[in-house]
Amino acid sequence: MIAYLLRRLLWAIPILLGVNLLLFALFFIVNTPEDMARAHLGVKRVSAESIARWKSERGYDKPLFINTAAQGSKRLTDTIFFDKSVRMFALDFGQSDEGRNINHELGTRMWPSLALAVPSFLLGLAIAISVALLLALARYTAFDALTTVACVVMMSISGLFYIIAGQFIFSKLLAWVPISGYQPGLDAVRFLILPVVIGVMAGIGSSVRWYRAIFLEEMGKDYVRTARAKGLSELRVLFGHVLKNGMIPILTGVVVVIPTLFLGSLISESFFGIPGLGSFTIDAIQSQDFAIVRAMVFIGALLYIVGLILTDISYTLVDPRVRLQ
Amino acid sequence: MMPVLLISDVLLFVLIALTVTGLVFAARREPIRRAWRNVLSDPIAMAALAVLMVFVTGAILDSLHFRRALPPAAVVAPAATTAPASTMTSAKTYYSVEVESLLDVALGDPRARREKSYSAPFAHTLFERQSVDLGDGRRARQYPRLKYGAAQLKDPEHDKASDIASRAAWGVTAALGCVCVMGLLIGGGIARRHRIPLRVALHRLCEGETVLAWRAFLASSTILLVVLVPLLFLSMHYHVFGTDRVGNDLFHYAFKAMRTALLIGTLTSLVTLPLGIGFGIAAGYIGGWVDDAVQYIYTVISSIPYVLLIAASVLLMQVVIQSHDAWFDTAAARADARLVSLCLIIGAISWTSLCRLMRAEALKLRELDYVQAARAFGVTPLSIMRRHILPNAFHIVLITLVLDFSGLVLAEAVLSYVGVGVDAATISYGSMINSARAELARDPMVWWQIATAFVFMVSLVLAANLFADAVREAFDPRGQGATRRRLRRRPA
Repeated sequence: MIAYLLRRLLWAIPILLGVNLLLFALFFIVNTPEDMARAHLGVKRVSAESIARWKSERGYDKPLFINTAAQGSKRLTDTIFFDKSVRMFALDFGQSDEGRNINHELGTRMWPSLALAVPSFLLGLAIAISVALLLALARYTAFDALTTVACVVMMSISGLFYIIAGQFIFSKLLAWVPISGYQPGLDAVRFLILPVVIGVMAGIGSSVRWYRAIFLEEMGKDYVRTARAKGLSELRVLFGHVLKNGMIPILTGVVVVIPTLFLGSLISESFFGIPGLGSFTIDAIQSQDFAIVRAMVFIGALLYIVGLILTDISYTLVDPRVRLQ
Repeated sequence: MMPVLLISDVLLFVLIALTVTGLVFAARREPIRRAWRNVLSDPIAMAALAVLMVFVTGAILDSLHFRRALPPAAVVAPAATTAPASTMTSAKTYYSVEVESLLDVALGDPRARREKSYSAPFAHTLFERQSVDLGDGRRARQYPRLKYGAAQLKDPEHDKASDIASRAAWGVTAALGCVCVMGLLIGGGIARRHRIPLRVALHRLCEGETVLAWRAFLASSTILLVVLVPLLFLSMHYHVFGTDRVGNDLFHYAFKAMRTALLIGTLTSLVTLPLGIGFGIAAGYIGGWVDDAVQYIYTVISSIPYVLLIAASVLLMQVVIQSHDAWFDTAAARADARLVSLCLIIGAISWTSLCRLMRAEALKLRELDYVQAARAFGVTPLSIMRRHILPNAFHIVLITLVLDFSGLVLAEAVLSYVGVGVDAATISYGSMINSARAELARDPMVWWQIATAFVFMVSLVLAANLFADAVREAFDPRGQGATRRRLRRRPA
């Protein structure tokens, strides 16, 4: 088990290296620092000096890979590649293009993101599994058919509509909750309740359908027939057998997203004005702050890989047949 | 008039040609025909198909672009004295920089219908008061009459309701006429096919006893026509869905956005198919270092959050387009380049899920007897992959395509909100939602733009989802559920 984990962790290194090289190629070779400076300063009528100043302030004026002007180990370290890409492995993201410290921002903005993402995730999972179990219990009845249709309709509505409609009904018309904003501490509940409910609503259609299919598939299996033949009640079959076995495929899809909860939700954070990492990323994209976008992409990849490893571990915990070698 | 071929038009027509070839090819193979027959005998799928056809028609009409020739009088003819005037004008025709499409002609010239600002659906005045010069030097704040909406009425307060009702009645009549013609055509087709009298064929059609679910198709078309045709009639004299902040007709916009949505949903497959199929089959069949390399590539790409990687690529693409302004002769060409590159970027990122599935399928198929036999006969690996692996794994490609479509249409709205979607000049449901956000906060509220985008987008995505379900059920040899689980895209 430990040897397996170690190997998985080692396997993560070339993947991250690949992500890093891809990002480096995208941000510094396809698109030169020159282009970035022009995009920031406006395309037309920019003097060469102001471009040079913009680049040197942000450390983009160094050579890409090898600094021929420097001595010793500085030949390799005093370059854009080392400064901007290699440092990311040490989780040092440096300064944003506007001069803010990215690591500091990450540390403070992580908490509002989690405060929104974790309740949405847990609540969504619990509700989706309960509804799916209910549908599996009432399978092939009118209730099942109607709810499944409702799920298709719900998943056909863009998440943006849920947010806009929710804000309009509950904040503007009924004035139950504030439209947007955030306060740390217990006050946050007031601001978070609507985004959480909307997040659950927007995701529930597809997950209920998916979980229902899983449960129905399990119900057709031999062990369920055996359990019924033993004389177990339908509820015991459902909770004692089907739920447990159905959790295995559900875990595959669910565990992998747990680490990425840190990233927050891009859309709802920016709609509700929650100062988390999602709105941080959106602001960076909209103001073309390449340093932040690069950092967030790298963190996202890192968290996704952690999620994959966690998925493997969770397999062994729920399914004793799986042996990690 | 000068026809204009934008890049996306060319790609769309290539895609349509490929689809038609694929359908002709599929029609020759009995198992595929049977699967399609299963799809089309599902009433829900047929009803959804009717909705999708409206969108496809809108998209194709909107892909036939042209630039109008400017009237010769507007052209400053230099040295007109030395050459005869007639040869001058014919030799040098100038074209308007505005690119129009056949859809614009069908729905009426959008520029002639532009108002000053917001106006509600079927309104005859602007939504807000403006100060108007009364002529004798005094000014007053009042609701000015619209330039186009209800302009034919002298006394709109009094006549509007009856005018709308009579036009709508004509529209409904025309729609019902269309439905009758459609019903007769379908009935005639069935009668010829099965060599039965038309009366019997029509009876079967009405009872829903045909092999393909034509009754559902007809019912769904009836609803669509009865709604759309009267709206079309009325849109000749009214803004049926109102106008947006700068006075553009939203009925027109809703139809223009069909093309963007369909392009985003389908053009990406031009990238995902070759990459996903090629790499996937090669990795699964050849194995060894090829497999390792392909797995490595797709793990790297899929480990980066979907939206963020698109955002990063689009930001860079934006810089490229900005700094090469000279490549594009019209604003439409620039917006189009951005749309196409958005599709290509999404495709270059999302081929990984198809690749993974194809690899798994190829791994399984390579051990089957007929592949082993082919190998024993000395068939080259390339032809084994082409003739034995690909046809037997193709249902996965089809299922992935239809399942991804609705996700892509939804993604467009999100990307437009994030600011990395289509160009600001491209009309899309995402950009409509985006500009409608601020309108709900106004007082009194402007609700018609968001409502229009909502209705059209939900119809498209719902129809696509329902159709995709039927396709999946018909083509998935594993039966219900199994593929859905494996194909499900993780939330970005």
